[in-house]
Amino acid sequence: MSQIADCFERLAQRGEGALIPYLMAGDPDLERSYQYAQALIAGGADLIELGVPFSDPVADGPTIQAAGSRALGSGTHLDEVFRLVSRLRSQSDTPLILMSYYNPIFRLGQGLFLKRCLDEGVSGVIIPDLPIEEASDYLELARRYRVDTVFIATPETGDERLAQISAQTGGFLYLVSRYGTTGAQDRLDPRTEQLIAQVRSRLPAELPLGVGFGLSMPEQISAVIRAGAQGAIVGSALVQRVAQDRSPQELADFVQELKGGTRLLQQKVGGWQPEAETST
Amino acid sequence: MPTDTKSVKVKKLSQWPIAGRFGPYGGRYAPEILMPALLALEAAYQAAQADEGFRAELRRYQEDYGGRPTPLYRAKRLSELVGGARIYLKREDLVHGGAHKFNNVMGQALLAQRMGKSRLIAETGAGQHGVATAMAGAVLGLKTEIYMGQVDIERQRANVYRMELLGAQVHPVHTGTATLKDAINEALRDWATSVQDSHYLIGSVVGPHPYPQIVRDFQRVIGDEIEGQMLRKEHRLPDLLVACVGGGSNAMGTFFPFVDHREVRFLGVEAGGRGPDADAASLQHGQIGVLHGAKMRLLQDEWGQVSATHSIAAGLDYPGVGPEHTLYQEIGRAEYVTVSDEQALSAFQTLSQTCGIIPALESAHAVYAGMERARAMGPGQLVVITLSGRGDKDLETVIAHLGRQRSAGGQEQ
Repeated sequence: MSQIADCFERLAQRGEGALIPYLMAGDPDLERSYQYAQALIAGGADLIELGVPFSDPVADGPTIQAAGSRALGSGTHLDEVFRLVSRLRSQSDTPLILMSYYNPIFRLGQGLFLKRCLDEGVSGVIIPDLPIEEASDYLELARRYRVDTVFIATPETGDERLAQISAQTGGFLYLVSRYGTTGAQDRLDPRTEQLIAQVRSRLPAELPLGVGFGLSMPEQISAVIRAGAQGAIVGSALVQRVAQDRSPQELADFVQELKGGTRLLQQKVGGWQPEAETST
Repeated sequence: MPTDTKSVKVKKLSQWPIAGRFGPYGGRYAPEILMPALLALEAAYQAAQADEGFRAELRRYQEDYGGRPTPLYRAKRLSELVGGARIYLKREDLVHGGAHKFNNVMGQALLAQRMGKSRLIAETGAGQHGVATAMAGAVLGLKTEIYMGQVDIERQRANVYRMELLGAQVHPVHTGTATLKDAINEALRDWATSVQDSHYLIGSVVGPHPYPQIVRDFQRVIGDEIEGQMLRKEHRLPDLLVACVGGGSNAMGTFFPFVDHREVRFLGVEAGGRGPDADAASLQHGQIGVLHGAKMRLLQDEWGQVSATHSIAAGLDYPGVGPEHTLYQEIGRAEYVTVSDEQALSAFQTLSQTCGIIPALESAHAVYAGMERARAMGPGQLVVITLSGRGDKDLETVIAHLGRQRSAGGQEQ
């Protein structure tokens, strides 16, 4: 079983959802992002998503774009992201997921990229501009290197396409949307809860669902888990704190608070059932 | 990619794209949120192309509103000055709005209307595509919003006023290099949140499938007209077609109808800028990469970060290039060269003074390379240079540059 799937299963047995914080690697520089990533682990992150900076991040909003610019400004490139991964993995078992646009991967070479993922301990990769139609070569290699490929679904994804995507995704399915939270409120937009429940009901029972909706409060996270998700991704709220030069300790405290949101429900969540038998 | 190139040879070039690709290039490397819209656009486009009513309506707009067909003008004094092949100019500068951009915009805007979209989004570099989109939005009653890099806003101010006069909202883009590629990024971000009611009206043969095909098909009217006009005037096909290439839409529109006529040669002219370290010559100095949804030749660093580009012509200032051009270059169907800022400026003056036509700085690149080629060709040979746009928008830039040259002692010719 993959490290990501394994992580979701362990959490489910404890009646918890996964807290998946996001950081841009190299923001504001490599050493500081290492300290921040360690703070996420200390705060109780279950999985960590590390952004690889890219010059043209078309799928990101202003907060993540700015983080990418800072990381590129400090000279961060893929090789250094792998060094960061290696340092983190030498001290912790928390699975790391890279989020990279396709061009840096293509430029390095898909095979070389995946070999580095395997060697340095990357558990999964999210490529926001590699839809299933373009992914067959990459997927074949990724399966060979045992690196999960996490695909994305959106509110625009119809049932047929959702079935195709969920058949290809590894580790979990990542549901994203621009609408969701309404300002700094502690409740989700009813459309978001409905969407989560709807997508959950259409997924295979053994596939975890992770959602990212600009979440920033433990109450929102527990609402997401209650609606049927197995994991919550928190990006902008953390990246903003990095941009404000908050201390690693402050990030750790924030993550700990967010993690509380995944524990509010000490029972089996949603329609999801962990696999009865562990597969290889 | 030897297998891909080999498979290219057994097919007619006019059959591409196949499954969204031109050989190994193109594709649909788009965020998932846009995929349903791209698939819907492909289906709607195919249905529209098969609909005689749609084609007739587009033709009516092209003729009665856009001023097509545009003349194919035999540039007698320019040919004499050059001394070689006979030079013809395809006058896309005379299309409504002042550039070839109208051809594609009108087609896509009608398509958007047919799909029930109420809003158009577009990026613009030089501002010509933005102006054309604003015109189409006005004439069809569609809300129009244009993204334009701050650097381009400053150097193409007149076009910003034109867009606003035509009722469009212009959003300045400050991210990245604040030029065309960043304007495309912002337009794509807008579309990701507005796909249900908006159509993204891309301005060149770039972007995810089906855009490179749609834009090429709407621009092929340039080459189709050249073919008919040349047969009437010279009773044969031209020997060489020359056009400037940023993303490459006027060039693809010029070349495509002739692609299966191997005797007609193609010359694409990229922006050489100030030299190899400050240019926008994706085909000559780029490597294969993926940007804005397409696999193509791309100016990038060793880690796959997209490079900042430079050209005096804002419309050529783009780090990528159409996937179909990437294929044509690889298999040798078209040749691509660069022309520098200074050379383009000299051709800008030459054309103004020998033909009474002030070309866009983008088109001036094609004029320079076309003159060079014509000089080396025999007097019986026929060269067509596509004048993609008129130069009114560039007067401030040209005055600034020529002013500097004069104060530096004499101007280059």
